[in-house]
Amino acid sequence: MAKGLDGDMRTLTSREHTNREYEQELRRLREQLLLMGAKVEEIIRGSIRALTERDTAVAEQMIAFDKKINQLELEIDEQCMQILARRQPVASDLRFITMALKLVTDLERIGDLGVNISERVVELNAEPPLKPYVDMPNMAREVQEMLHEALDAFVAADADRAQRVIVRDRNVDAYYTQIFRELLTYMMEDPRNIFRATRLQSIAKYLERIGDHVTNLGEMVVFMVKGKDIRHGGRQSDANGA
Amino acid sequence: MTAAATNTTPTTKLTVRDLCVYYGEKKGVGPVTMDIAERHVTAFIGPSGCGKSTFLRSLNRMNELIPGCRIQGEVELDGDAIYGPGVDPVTVRRRIGMVFQRSNPFPKSIAENVAYGLRIGGLKDEREIAMRVERALQHAALWDEVKDRLNDNALGLSGGQQQRLCIARALAVEPEVLLMDEPASALDPIATAHIEELINEISSDYTVVIVTHNMQQAARVADYTAFFYMGELVEFDRTDVLFTKPSNQRTEDYITGRFG
Repeated sequence: MAKGLDGDMRTLTSREHTNREYEQELRRLREQLLLMGAKVEEIIRGSIRALTERDTAVAEQMIAFDKKINQLELEIDEQCMQILARRQPVASDLRFITMALKLVTDLERIGDLGVNISERVVELNAEPPLKPYVDMPNMAREVQEMLHEALDAFVAADADRAQRVIVRDRNVDAYYTQIFRELLTYMMEDPRNIFRATRLQSIAKYLERIGDHVTNLGEMVVFMVKGKDIRHGGRQSDANGA
Repeated sequence: MTAAATNTTPTTKLTVRDLCVYYGEKKGVGPVTMDIAERHVTAFIGPSGCGKSTFLRSLNRMNELIPGCRIQGEVELDGDAIYGPGVDPVTVRRRIGMVFQRSNPFPKSIAENVAYGLRIGGLKDEREIAMRVERALQHAALWDEVKDRLNDNALGLSGGQQQRLCIARALAVEPEVLLMDEPASALDPIATAHIEELINEISSDYTVVIVTHNMQQAARVADYTAFFYMGELVEFDRTDVLFTKPSNQRTEDYITGRFG
């Protein structure tokens, strides 16, 4: 028993809420999330540039920039709490709000990892370069593209696009393994390389973590759009076709 | 909400097949096909005039009391057609009780209100009556509040207590199904919470079907929820699914407040 009767009547028009103020609150929340996403992208972009161009000044700017992201996280959390308390959202609205609450956590962590990259860059720039970067900029580009795509998928409410982002995390993991292996050879060659090599290895690890957080974003977008939890291979109830 | 709505498929108490209710030439609701689960709470939601109350009333043949009303299709209670030839509507209503939006106690004592259906049914043993009155009042979560004044006039009770008294009166004759038409819409939030708690309690013994305008109420009390719109059953699903992931766009629009 208990079946939804039809899916074919579905029209994909995004209607507005009868209550305009509620509609405004949701719109404002969406804009704040996008603003936070843009700032996180900026911090990652800046930190990568600081690394590849050995620009300590930019790295320091990025470290300071994180405050704005943290501030946005607090604001968005507050907005979500207010909407939950006052509007009792259901269905797609509920999925959007609960997702927003989690999304900010991942975005904030990505921002923190950007800061970590810049901190390691400041340390590295006090030393002569260990080696020319080959894989690191490629890995960074992959991560940046994934982040950008995940945020675009969110804006467009595009589950397929989000799925494609999730798949790309494999590439990031492969880069990390490759970079780690290469740095190991430098360290074995000469112990004086260890300080710089471990910094670089940390940076690669931060990028790899960012890839994981971006994967979370992608999973959340799929959940928001389809109402289907794809984390950890999906929940039992979904497997039952409920 | 009872825990049972999660995995195992419950037994069907009421089977509805292609039910249509007409007022004169005009169709009020239908065709509706659904199975109502035994010992669970099923809620009907939808905007005013969507047919949910009409449909509810057709589940215990109350619509027949309305002139010009005509019913098509089938309703089975445990496999017995309630609209079958020779079936006495009074017998049906004894097995399928009803509680209304406005509490309507009789201008009698609290005890006599609850005993009313028993006496009409021919029960004469006063001890048996007293016992069943107490049990019904306890089921309706009213006993503790009224046990010392059972002979007071029922009209002296608060609105919420009156409504619980009406539920006790309906439960006293031990129906199998209890239909509730907006049972809490005239009550304050605390009295509403009492009614909701009581619905949850009795659903372990009774099949409850509730019509409500308050969607949050459906979300709180019901195991299954049906959404009606313009005389049509649009979607019927487990409450947890319907309120997080409805499969029909009209359900989505209605429950998120995007209608009209």
